[in-house]
Amino acid sequence: MAEVFPHVHQWRLAGRFPQRYDSAGMESSPVWHPVKFLGVFTDFPTLSSVCLPSKEYRVAISKPLSLDQLKAMTKVLRRHIVRMTTEAGSGHPSSSMSAVEMVTALFFGGFMEHDPAQPRWKNRDRFILSKGHAVPVLYAALAEAGYFPVEELMTLRKLGSRLEGHPNMKRLDCIEASTGSLGQGLSVGIGQALACRMDGLSAHTYVMMGDGEMGEGQVWEALASAEKYKLANLTAIIDQNGYQQTGATKDVLKLTEFQPKLEAFGWHVQTINGNVIEEVIEALKVARSVKDNPTAIVSHTQKGFGILPILAPTGDLNYHGKPLSKELAEKALALLAD
Amino acid sequence: MTIGQAAGLKLGKAVRDAFGVALKELGNDFPDVVTVDGDVGNSTRTEVFAKAFPERGFNVGIAESNMVGIAAGLAAAGKIPVVSSFAAFLTCNAYDQIRMCVAYPHLNVKMVGSHAGISIGEDGASQMAIEDIALMSALPGVAVVVPADAPSTKHLVKGMLEHVGPVYLRCGRIDVPEIYGPDSVLTIGKANQLRDGKNLTIIANGLMVGIALDAAVALEAKGITARVLDLHTVSPIDEEAIVKAVKETGRLVVAEEHLPHGGVGSAVASVTAQLAPCPIEFVNIGNTYAESGDPEGLLVKYGLTAEAIVAAAEKVCSR
Repeated sequence: MAEVFPHVHQWRLAGRFPQRYDSAGMESSPVWHPVKFLGVFTDFPTLSSVCLPSKEYRVAISKPLSLDQLKAMTKVLRRHIVRMTTEAGSGHPSSSMSAVEMVTALFFGGFMEHDPAQPRWKNRDRFILSKGHAVPVLYAALAEAGYFPVEELMTLRKLGSRLEGHPNMKRLDCIEASTGSLGQGLSVGIGQALACRMDGLSAHTYVMMGDGEMGEGQVWEALASAEKYKLANLTAIIDQNGYQQTGATKDVLKLTEFQPKLEAFGWHVQTINGNVIEEVIEALKVARSVKDNPTAIVSHTQKGFGILPILAPTGDLNYHGKPLSKELAEKALALLAD
Repeated sequence: MTIGQAAGLKLGKAVRDAFGVALKELGNDFPDVVTVDGDVGNSTRTEVFAKAFPERGFNVGIAESNMVGIAAGLAAAGKIPVVSSFAAFLTCNAYDQIRMCVAYPHLNVKMVGSHAGISIGEDGASQMAIEDIALMSALPGVAVVVPADAPSTKHLVKGMLEHVGPVYLRCGRIDVPEIYGPDSVLTIGKANQLRDGKNLTIIANGLMVGIALDAAVALEAKGITARVLDLHTVSPIDEEAIVKAVKETGRLVVAEEHLPHGGVGSAVASVTAQLAPCPIEFVNIGNTYAESGDPEGLLVKYGLTAEAIVAAAEKVCSR
């Protein structure tokens, strides 16, 4: 780790984790410890306060990793996903695995300018995980980016942990939207993108949805309204891994040809193999270059990508919503070793 | 309109009209305020604001779920979005979005439902929000505010924008009598005593406040004096004012333009059951949907009248 990602390692050594664990102002520590719950009536001043950018951190985090480093990072994130869901005894590792290349490219490929020292910095680029059940991939990336210690990943889904089963923006400043009820993240992203544009900010908002999630009507309401406001600072990513809870997405609803549908809504659309990081990087570059329309990336992926040889013998390539057994996890970790 | 006549009140503007004007007047003082509409801004009156501040008004079409989600995103980025539709569509169509995107993360979104209650009249039951208070006050951390008239709306809209956190403001469609003056003081979370009496307290909000004042006049002629409380904030509820009313007057009548379950009556009864048990009678539309008709005719048919409050008062005084 230390050799491949020197800047991340340096932050850890310097103890440069966010100075507070929550908006109630708890002291941070490189070692995880249980955190205070926030009361529902507690003010949330960090949301609207303007944070001054901390150039040093921003530059560090926005400096892209090399292609080799990015590929290594996909393995790191996948190992985290396996470990944390097996430790938790529940969760959605296969839904997380399909999105690893996209999340890696976004957070470490130079596409997102953000600041672990100031998670609510106003001009940060935003990533909203609308398919909230895949949050292990997001937690893994946030930990590697320096938002919290990687050790904390092992608290996933446990009582008192900030790493809840679905993203909770009240628990973690680096979570952009509380999701878990499908179909809602794109609307929230539109609100963020509108506000950023009103404030003259250059920030870009990325929203990742699942292909099964596209069955939610609200997504299509959101697609229409983003086009109305010509939100070129918004990119929707459909992580089309082909499966949803009860089976193949194409068998549940025949929505699966997304490119023509989204183009008909006035969006700039690219379709890629989302498990090939080179394709992901190219698509993200194009998305950032479009200036007058919201952009979408239909990212064809495989659920469980990276550990498919482990899942295949189980006869369940969907493997929805269940962690690997300890035995399978060990096999998966061996497969994902550097 | 006969509401408020017995109490000597003169007819004023509708709460929704006062809301639209107040929002526009506050537009310069609150530069972060934006409106998000579901294509009924000319009904909810947010168009008054949006015409004055066109770059701050968004009509996202007939899509309430998306509308609430967008408002949440705007709030997360530091804006103060005022999201509005008919109360029925805002609270019922977009309830999951309100729960997930607004209440759960406790975002600073102001939700305004117009055309609440059965007094909207001819459009009928599909347009009448009669369960909105139950839905919205069920959500942790959401303030629920029901203004009684135009002058109080002006104060409560300002209070809503100053309040940090989600607020639901319920507005009626029809013109209502003026109860407050321009200098009245209204604070979110604090009930207002409008009249004092010894024998019972009538707790009401919205349209029912004027009717409660009429009832108090009629009761006085029968030798029963009633305190009248405007409980304009249902959540967080003013426990102190309710307990004081019970201690000083002994009995309560709660009147609301809502279903019997989960509204002001339930909220008040929950307070008294724990802190000051006492006889209570409830005036509401009953456990039913209403229908098309003229507003006053509907209020009579569904029992939201001064006579109904008088009967409830006499009953509670006999217990």
